[in-house]
Amino acid sequence: MTSDVLAVAEHRRGDVRDVSYELVTAGRELAEETGGDLHVAVISGQVEEFATRVNREGVDVVHTVDHGEEFNHDVYVQAVCALADELDPQYVLTPNSVNGLDYAPAVANRLALPLVTDAVGIEYDGGLTVTREMYGSKVETTVEVDAERTVVTVRPGEWMVTEADGDAEVTPFEFEVDESAVNSTVTGFEEVAGGDVDIADAEVLVSVGRGIEEEENIELVERLADALGATLSSSRPIVDNGWLPKNRQVGQSGKVVTPEVYIAIGISGAVQHVAGMKGSETIVAINNDSNAPIFDIADYGVVGDLFDVVPALTEEFE
Amino acid sequence: MKVLVTVKEVAEVEDDFEIADLDVDPRYLEYDLNEWDEYAVEAAVRLAEASDEDVEVVSATIGPERSEETVRMALAKGVDRAVRIWDDDVEAAEFLDVASKVRLLEAVVAEEDPDIVLTGVQANDTGFGATGVALADAVGFEWGAVVNHLDTEGVLEDGVAHVHRELEGGIDEITEIDLPAVLTIQTGINEPRYASLRGIRQAQSKEIARKTLSDLGLDHSAVAGELFLTDMYEPEAESDATYFDGDAGEQAAQLATALREKGVGAE
Ligand SMILES: Cc1cc2nc3c(=O)[nH]c(=O)nc-3n(C[C@H](O)[C@H](O)[C@H](O)COP(=O)(O)OP(=O)(O)OC[C@H]3O[C@@H](n4cnc5c(N)ncnc54)[C@H](O)[C@@H]3O)c2cc1C
Ligand SMILES: Nc1ncnc2c1ncn2[C@@H]1O[C@H](COP(=O)(O)O)[C@@H](O)[C@H]1O
Repeated sequence: MTSDVLAVAEHRRGDVRDVSYELVTAGRELAEETGGDLHVAVISGQVEEFATRVNREGVDVVHTVDHGEEFNHDVYVQAVCALADELDPQYVLTPNSVNGLDYAPAVANRLALPLVTDAVGIEYDGGLTVTREMYGSKVETTVEVDAERTVVTVRPGEWMVTEADGDAEVTPFEFEVDESAVNSTVTGFEEVAGGDVDIADAEVLVSVGRGIEEEENIELVERLADALGATLSSSRPIVDNGWLPKNRQVGQSGKVVTPEVYIAIGISGAVQHVAGMKGSETIVAINNDSNAPIFDIADYGVVGDLFDVVPALTEEFE
Repeated sequence: MKVLVTVKEVAEVEDDFEIADLDVDPRYLEYDLNEWDEYAVEAAVRLAEASDEDVEVVSATIGPERSEETVRMALAKGVDRAVRIWDDDVEAAEFLDVASKVRLLEAVVAEEDPDIVLTGVQANDTGFGATGVALADAVGFEWGAVVNHLDTEGVLEDGVAHVHRELEGGIDEITEIDLPAVLTIQTGINEPRYASLRGIRQAQSKEIARKTLSDLGLDHSAVAGELFLTDMYEPEAESDATYFDGDAGEQAAQLATALREKGVGAE
């Protein structure tokens, strides 16, 4: 085993995703600790071009696997496992993205390595300690790994993006994809959040979460939004329940919004929600749980029952 | 034909809580069916209903006796029979990591020989989000992670699942997945039914087969993982939020002032 780190870049529809540059940062920091090299794998798509982009400070080698256009997990698993066999890295890092979670667990299984997902902190002092959250971000935990090698998936948005250029060697990695083991086919993409309103355009968003309890109660926040001249948005469960259309959903799988003011009502502040609104200018949280993680990113907090606070606030503006 | 669905009972933390040793003090925990598994159960039952053939829906749970209450909920919603894995060795395991769970579920898959396995995207308490895909690779099935659309019609007959995988940013990937396969099911994929009174009554007489490690041909080494939880703490509040005190009216008045300063509500 070497003391190297292998990080797997992510791209979609012709673009390298930001999490790849965050992974470079996490990988560089870890490789500095282990004393090894940082290898980055670029698999499928415009690999030459992608390799140039991920060639950033701290990357020692970029390995390109020129096979197919888009992400296919069968190809990724084969490629990452073959690279791991060849390079024998101590740690394999992937994004904790939807696609990362579509191949990293299989890679860990196939290489018989332990897997730690959704890391928000990684430390090494002869062994690996990963910080991760539990119970919907209400607690943080440290997990020690009693193994020489590990696969770790890294939460997007937790490490800085590495901007500076690097001087890595770029080398094509030659291996045969076993086509008989590719049993899934991506046939296309679909944008699902279109429609009448674009919440990303709004200056003020009144956003409602599961704390609203019943569909009938949505009216309460609608009235507030009207009084404020704001647009109504929501967390995922509201859309899952069919109470508001998909184009109102803020978060990882909905829209990323950056309004002047974002008012989160009965929203706990799960990481996938926060990913879509943390860039808002001013964040207001109304929640009856003073420990709700949403308060960690709020500028103004009201600890209280939304069924009292929202009507009172509406009245202030009506 | 058979559909296997994994069902976890997850712990939810009350608003105010304390940490004792390496977990939230059980006094502040409540237990419920994992939100993602509720959608997986519904998808499993719909796959069976959509088929002309006889399809059995079996659930698998790794959990203590307490979790039977949660398993009964799945049975009341149309699961035909349940398997629950637990024994002293599992109980004594320090940390059931993904690899350990996969070793147990792999044995269930070998025994049940399902055509398709549905899991949730993630367990809401520990949030690993990895069991389904790791299991698929272990049993040599194809897979798809974060499935938010599944054409239930003809899946079992044709041996192909037409799914959408929900990527970031409101984009779905459209994918064909050959069976046998494991799909990890995303919330919102369907509208989970309420258990009917009849369903609840019938669930009482459905089988929950308890399996020990040795029943599955395993021993304690199956739950000897390489991950160890070494600390749990409340994250330091990074917030420098201004809090508004008083009763709801007073809070609203102060918040209104702050909002007006930001130009909100100005015509
Ligand atoms: C792959 C993936 C993608 C996801 N994408 C998204 C996404 O795009 N957007 C998204 O939002 N989520 C997303 N999620 C789901 C996310 O993990 C959470 O489940 C979700 O954000 C929770 O929504 P919530 O805060 O409304 O509900 P909860 O977490 O249930 O929170 C409800 C809150 O309401 C408060 N409350 C209850 N009653 C009252 C009351 N009377 N007064 C005041 N407060 C009250 C509670 O204290 C609690 O904090 C995704 C998850 C996964 C796995
Ligand atoms: N103890 C368990 N018993 C049964 N199924 C489980 C268990 N843990 C995880 N799963 C399944 O795996 C999915 C993903 O869990 P995880 O990888 O732990 O986040 C869950 O939604 C469940 O369907």
